[in-house]
Amino acid sequence: MESIKIEKTRKTPDVIFNAETGVIQIEGKSIPENSIEFYKPLVDWLDEYGKNPKEKTEVNIKLEYFNTSSSKCILDVFKKLETIHKENENVIINWHYEEDDEDMLEAGEDYQSILKIPFNMIEMEE
Amino acid sequence: MAFELEKWYNKNKNENTLLSYMGKISEKEVNQILDNIDDVLSKKEEKRKVIKKIYNVAIETLQNLYHHADISTDKHINTEIPKNNIAFLLEHLKDEKYLIITGNFIRKTNTRLLKERIDQLNFLSKEEVKSLYRLILNNEEFSNKGGGGLGIIDLIKRTGNNIGYDFYYFNKDYIFFSLRIAI
Repeated sequence: MESIKIEKTRKTPDVIFNAETGVIQIEGKSIPENSIEFYKPLVDWLDEYGKNPKEKTEVNIKLEYFNTSSSKCILDVFKKLETIHKENENVIINWHYEEDDEDMLEAGEDYQSILKIPFNMIEMEE
Repeated sequence: MAFELEKWYNKNKNENTLLSYMGKISEKEVNQILDNIDDVLSKKEEKRKVIKKIYNVAIETLQNLYHHADISTDKHINTEIPKNNIAFLLEHLKDEKYLIITGNFIRKTNTRLLKERIDQLNFLSKEEVKSLYRLILNNEEFSNKGGGGLGIIDLIKRTGNNIGYDFYYFNKDYIFFSLRIAI
């Protein structure tokens, strides 16, 4: 299957969903007015990827800002990953947050509390 | 006496006001105001942590105004409402304390529910806000605006403060609704 690569814009993040390596990355701002439109292709891609996932799927999230409508869509992405993890125990989410950004750390913890996937909380220096 | 937006707007502008906007709202204005916030706070050499918090609250409130500027879709558009009917102000109170004030016209029928919802959320403890946020985040429903009811609770969770609000009578169909979020 084909990988997804989307360049960041002022309101949407850099996205790499690599079908060859199983590495998934979302980095930057996620504050679009219409988040569903942005995230739907990513959720659909995971449906397809989940049929034959790589031995290990590594997810790197490095968000600077995200709005509440993105927060629901990101959960949808994670729920697809949770389904993959349930079958193969092979997904890990690395949740990056900037030093001192307690809100972003807490956002990661919110997801961690809802999902049954291992999370690594990784503090980045400013 | 009927509510006059311009008077209200000028009354809220003072020496603490860093940024003020009154006008229409589209994606273009949302972007412009966010850029201006970034500029004005960077020039003040405010801490990155503080800038991020203000920016986040601004995104949520501006997109809230954008999505809920619902009078424009009313079939019987009320000609008494001014065309430039959205207001946004950022004030620097002291030290790292800031205040965002927003205002927009809403249908009178929406006021009771809105008031009850904010009152209920303001009443909750920090831990209760956190639990409720997680509960709403994890429910399957999406509103057609995309947020699924997380907007106001996100503001309370993020700022750790109660949200202030006012309703001003405009006419029999419309109310001017103002939010005050301390950061």
